[in-house]
Amino acid sequence: MLPIVLLSVFGIVLLFLGFLKSKAVLLPAALLFLLITLAANFLDWNKSYLYFNDMLRTNNLSMIFTAIVLGSAFMVVALSSSFIEDESAQPAEYYALILFSLVGAIMMVSFENLIMLFVGVEILSVAMYVLTGSDKRNLRSNEAALKYFLMGAFATGIMLFGMALLYGATGSFTLAGLDSYTANPQAGLSLLIYVGLLMLLIGLLFKVSAAPFHFWTPDVYDGAPTIFTAFMSTVVKTAGFAALFRLLSVSFEGVYSFWWVILAIITAITLVIGNITAAYQNSFKRMMAYSSISHAGYLLIGLAALGAQTKQAIVFYSLAYSVATISAFGVLLLVAQQRSTQTFSSEGASDGVTSENFDAFNGLARKNPLLGFAMAVSMLSLAGIPLTAGFWGKFYMFSTAVERGQIWLLVVAVLMSAVGIYYYFRVIIAMYFREGALEPIRVAPFYRYVLLAATILTLGLGIAPGLLQGLF
Amino acid sequence: MLTLFLILYPALAATLILLFRGERVKQAALVAALVELVLAGFAFFSFQPDATSQFGFDYPWLGTLGIRFSAGIDGISVLLVLLTGLLLPFIILSTFNRSYDRPSTFYALMLYMQAALVGVFTARDGFLFYLFFEAALIPIYFLAAMWGGENRIPVTFKFFVYTIFGSLFMLVALVYLYYQTPATGLIPHSAAITDFYKLKLTPEAQNWVFWAFFIAFAIKMPVFPFHTWQPDTYVESPTPATMLLAGIMLKMGVYGLIRFILPIVPLGVETWGKTAIILSVIGIIYGSIIAIRQRDMKRLIAYSSFSHVGLMAAGVFSQTETGMQGALVQMLAHGINVVGMFFVADIIFSRTNTRQLDQLGGITQTTPKLTVYFMIMLLGSVALPLTNGFIGEFLLLHGVFTYNHYLGLAAGFTIIFGAVYMLRMFQKSMFGPTSSRTESFADLTSSESWVFVPLVIMVFWIGIYPHTFLKVTEPAVANLMKYIGTTAVSMK
Repeated sequence: MLPIVLLSVFGIVLLFLGFLKSKAVLLPAALLFLLITLAANFLDWNKSYLYFNDMLRTNNLSMIFTAIVLGSAFMVVALSSSFIEDESAQPAEYYALILFSLVGAIMMVSFENLIMLFVGVEILSVAMYVLTGSDKRNLRSNEAALKYFLMGAFATGIMLFGMALLYGATGSFTLAGLDSYTANPQAGLSLLIYVGLLMLLIGLLFKVSAAPFHFWTPDVYDGAPTIFTAFMSTVVKTAGFAALFRLLSVSFEGVYSFWWVILAIITAITLVIGNITAAYQNSFKRMMAYSSISHAGYLLIGLAALGAQTKQAIVFYSLAYSVATISAFGVLLLVAQQRSTQTFSSEGASDGVTSENFDAFNGLARKNPLLGFAMAVSMLSLAGIPLTAGFWGKFYMFSTAVERGQIWLLVVAVLMSAVGIYYYFRVIIAMYFREGALEPIRVAPFYRYVLLAATILTLGLGIAPGLLQGLF
Repeated sequence: MLTLFLILYPALAATLILLFRGERVKQAALVAALVELVLAGFAFFSFQPDATSQFGFDYPWLGTLGIRFSAGIDGISVLLVLLTGLLLPFIILSTFNRSYDRPSTFYALMLYMQAALVGVFTARDGFLFYLFFEAALIPIYFLAAMWGGENRIPVTFKFFVYTIFGSLFMLVALVYLYYQTPATGLIPHSAAITDFYKLKLTPEAQNWVFWAFFIAFAIKMPVFPFHTWQPDTYVESPTPATMLLAGIMLKMGVYGLIRFILPIVPLGVETWGKTAIILSVIGIIYGSIIAIRQRDMKRLIAYSSFSHVGLMAAGVFSQTETGMQGALVQMLAHGINVVGMFFVADIIFSRTNTRQLDQLGGITQTTPKLTVYFMIMLLGSVALPLTNGFIGEFLLLHGVFTYNHYLGLAAGFTIIFGAVYMLRMFQKSMFGPTSSRTESFADLTSSESWVFVPLVIMVFWIGIYPHTFLKVTEPAVANLMKYIGTTAVSMK
């Protein structure tokens, strides 16, 4: 509750700070605000409260997800120092939007009432639509924003319809109300429950870009400014999965036998489409977009096999995935900026593709060992190679499926993991084994610390995954 | 505690070596590897030959899940720990006349590899084993892909994806086994390998667990038809990396068969063991025939290695005590021989710039030392009595022969074929008229000789007095065989 209030106030403060002549104060201010919020988040540790007429519930799990979301946002914002040099950037608005969107994300991880979920999704999404289109000179960015908005609005509509149907069936919007209805059906469950749940799931699965609702992802990820792509692929996904987990584990465990098959099939499709298509990409950024789809697939395994391990699995996977993804996009941001061959045509639009290809990374490890290492570790983690956090993420996910006996799903996941290695290693190959006669890339000290922290976190959790254990 | 030190020390040394620059890197790496050798030697000679796990270390790693950082040395791992400790100093010494770009990274990766390998051979927890099994891949991948030949990138990439793909199936099997172990209230499931041994799996489960493990290990060894990554990778990798691959890494697969497949899924072995042996025997003959046709020395040794490892796999699946003992001793012997052979190939390549047998010849005229050492390593490889290869192959063939006479007979071709391709290689390269490339071939330098001397001592030591090594493994193997016999009966 406190984080929501703080973020809202800080967002408004940031907007006002935007009136200052110097942009230099914005980044430290935004970081400070995020840190304060992160600290405030843990004030209620080990306590559980209900807020706003029982519409929000905070507990340890919601606080952990909030912390992951805030931590990801902190790292993304920390990597945004280039806004100061960019004349056309509007950092005050961007940071304010990020803070507001986090309000939505926190609502999604701690909702107790479907209306709150809806409000949270919308707050997060609207901010994202704007941020996606924030590079106004770039046609691709504009197109991406429009596409995201139209499709997002459609998904929201379906989700809202689903909620209405659920209300029609149960007479309640609360998770507890839905639970008591589905767990102890008086005289068989109403058909509305199934249809409503399905539509609600479609809306949320769209947000986390699970197939077959993933079509917006590559274009939007590709078109959005890289820094916001990083934000989108981590924060939105984490919040989405936290919401899905909450919804399914609290309210719909009673009808598990109905939805698990659907989710398992969606999981398999997501894994196959995400991984296979990612392998065909030439642009690193698009590869990351499809890889993000594939990771939605891995996360869905935990939901389809909902059990005692799922909570832990989703938390760990979200964290491992977020850290690695931010690190990867952080390196991409530098590489794309400084090895850019993009030229602005007379219309003011840029092609903007060349510098995001795999070739842009050629020889990076030799010229910038730290950037190379950070990127390599994040790729290894995303590929799920041992000694990185990503391995344990996959391990937990696979465990949930084995516990439920869903071996066939696991075989699909294993085969697709092998495909994943193919495309993640293309970056490593480019960085370490190919020659690139280019100048070393300049990295600001603070930027370097952020990448280093992400790398250490990934390796630390890979070697000692028990560090987080006390939290669950 | 010693085990933990054996694992952590090379990793720490590697990290320190990253700080060194220039020529001193080589010396530092050599010293680091020699210290590990002393430790491994100490472990070997102070090992009490019984069936227990010694010098152990146990620490809750993921406590609430019952996953532990548990490692120790028993009669099955002791030879492999010795092998890992023994070979690395010589592999490093063999590079003393070469200079590699970015040497600190190069040698650090070798030591990281050693740490992971010791981890594999000593892990007592299934997931710890898996972790090291995979972790060993990363240094060797970078070694091969950064310093390898022209075609290195696609070739090593294929190797990497291939092996990871196999391992993922093993991971699924491990997770499955983990959930089969009993858990009550506060006591979680267990991933201890000894707890896996106690499981009574259904025959269906045993069948698929068998294949999940077998694919992982078969790719690593490699066994026919999972070998397609191997010859190219061996040829394209820089020689020290090839030595690591052939000398130690492929033993991870054989070790896995003994440690996991035989005791955990005896019924699976009963059903599919024969298939595995037949595949192995096909590999033996197929590898030998292709080796005979090779012109490139390194490729020839690669195929011979593929053929030899097939025999080890067949011996393990024969489920006889002699077969198992043979596999263990042969792992040690093969490691020594193959490192020696690859080193010979590397020396010849470094002086003549070719490995093609057609372009060589007459080297023996100027190189008495190399000729003698090459011959001894070669005789070890073709299993001449009194050399190390003989002991291993004899026991292995005996084991396979006991299992099935025809298969034993077919596997026996390895000795004949081995003699054919090895002697052909020797003849083509060392005898006959000199070519323009070999006219002024210089004999071994002192650092090169120092690589061979201890290897030759080991060749004869194992060949003449194998008891030193067999006695250490014997109780553990006997215990394992007894165990397999009783569980297979009780599961029916």
